[in-house]
Amino acid sequence: MAKLDQRETYFDAIAKMGYTRRDFMKFATFMAAYMGLKTSAIAQIADALESKPRVPVIWEHYQECTCCSESFIRSDHPIVADIILDKISLDYTETLMAAAGEQAEAAKHETMEKYHGEYILCVEGSVPLKNDGQYCCIAGKTALEQLREAAAGAKAIIAWGSCASNGCVQAAYPNPTGATPIHKIIKDKPIIKVPGCPPIGEVMAGVIVHLVTFGTLPELDRIGRPKAFYAKRVHDSCYRRPYYDAGLFAERFDDENAKKGYCLYKVGCKGPMTYNSCGTIRWNNGVSYPIQSGHGCIGCSEENFWDNGPLYERLTGLKGFGIESTADRIGVGITTGLAAGIGVHAVASAIAKRREKRERLAKAKANEENLEA
Amino acid sequence: MKTQDFKRLYVWEGPVRWFHWLNALSILVLTITGFMIADPPAIMSGQEASARYFFGTVRFIHFAAAYVFVGVMILRIYWAFAGNSYAHWKAFLPFSKEARKNIWHVLKHDILLLPEKKGEDSPINVGHNALAASAYVLMFLLALVMVFTGFGLFSDNAGWWLPKLFAWVPAFLGGDFMTRTLHHISMWLTWFIVFIHVYLVIFHDWSEGRGEVSAMVSGFKFLEKDGFKEEA
Repeated sequence: MAKLDQRETYFDAIAKMGYTRRDFMKFATFMAAYMGLKTSAIAQIADALESKPRVPVIWEHYQECTCCSESFIRSDHPIVADIILDKISLDYTETLMAAAGEQAEAAKHETMEKYHGEYILCVEGSVPLKNDGQYCCIAGKTALEQLREAAAGAKAIIAWGSCASNGCVQAAYPNPTGATPIHKIIKDKPIIKVPGCPPIGEVMAGVIVHLVTFGTLPELDRIGRPKAFYAKRVHDSCYRRPYYDAGLFAERFDDENAKKGYCLYKVGCKGPMTYNSCGTIRWNNGVSYPIQSGHGCIGCSEENFWDNGPLYERLTGLKGFGIESTADRIGVGITTGLAAGIGVHAVASAIAKRREKRERLAKAKANEENLEA
Repeated sequence: MKTQDFKRLYVWEGPVRWFHWLNALSILVLTITGFMIADPPAIMSGQEASARYFFGTVRFIHFAAAYVFVGVMILRIYWAFAGNSYAHWKAFLPFSKEARKNIWHVLKHDILLLPEKKGEDSPINVGHNALAASAYVLMFLLALVMVFTGFGLFSDNAGWWLPKLFAWVPAFLGGDFMTRTLHHISMWLTWFIVFIHVYLVIFHDWSEGRGEVSAMVSGFKFLEKDGFKEEA
């Protein structure tokens, strides 16, 4: 459990943990690289972690699967897991804290009062709003009450993962619990969205380190995602991109082309529509990412990815036209109907206008005779 | 039998005709390449990927045709102010009583094929057929949806400021998924209107004999003099 009274710096803390200065500098370098900063920023990061007192963090878990936390503690530099998350920063997190029950709630309220306006609120999971929010209750309160209470004194909110950023799977149609992302509930605090199911651990670390180092929010895009990690499509940094440009595609997962490592576009890869860093930072210490493992991107960091059509086809479903409907199927149907309509009209007009047509022809013949005369 | 004089009337000016055919060509090219992008053809090749750029070329043609599409659209908007009365933007909007009467007439006698009463005042649309003009407004709006969603999807890869102006579109619509779907649906709707347009142009040419089809090449229409009021 965090020592709330002692405002030690991050460096103090990791020194106590037995990390050397060399490890510490490596960590600062890693982070600068992930955030896409200049080499001069390495010193800035190191300086901030050495001199600034740690930022108190309250980490809430609502409707979620904890894959964000799992991802975070597996980010490729141990300092992230050991120091920022596990030992130092976290004043409250159901999953990892030692305290439980009354004790845990007491610790959270102490942080909320003591560091009012200073702490970072990290939210993992969406908030159910249907049926008075009874689908997710913690310590006798609904997630909505918990969120409002914790957000009131927060300096900024980080919405971890797709649940908190856009609702994710539990917000998929018909959304029985009324799962709602954070930005639709809390309107008066800066919110950083870090979507993904889960987000990449290094991305999560990068966001926190940015907040600690610069004391400001990272540069966000229009949707509220940090630009450093969500500015490019998975497609744009994909190592299979040359196959896409060459027009070489796997037709099925078990064909020759798939074995050759061709582009997975036609078997439903959503990389061209998904903004994330999977292609550059990758997963599990940079070992691999879905496409490298032979599976298309499912677009887990995009809003509504669950309802946006099948995962293994290049289609997008249309709501309100049945589950199997696609734009193409409806388009073909409408066009066929139109062709039939045109046919009917053509026949009908040939009949209805036959007298008019005959008169015109007669007139035209008369004109021709006039010309000749 | 009384013979009839036809008046040869210059209706469609050069820019209108150029717009029409370049627009038609770009829509055709955009649709073909668009379908290829949506569902690429299965091509087997022994070549290394580095030696090929087939799909990149398809996408390049799509983007280039998109610029043609936007270019002629801008030309046409300009000509809606600079061109003759048939090309003028006012010709498209059914705000006058006469225009609404004409639409009703077209609906009744050309679409539903009800017989015209003897002696009934039969309005002649010299330029755009009144109903078609409203359909073109719809088509213009569809084209705007195409341009906004298309440039929105393209903005992220774009190298200059114009497409980047549309970067807000996917964010507004809730991501590239939705933007792409809307882009695709608009294509179908566009073709829906195109099919009706082509059929009805041929139908009018056949039933009225005013040279509706050739007018878009030559610019001239032919009108019976006795049914035709001199226009300023």
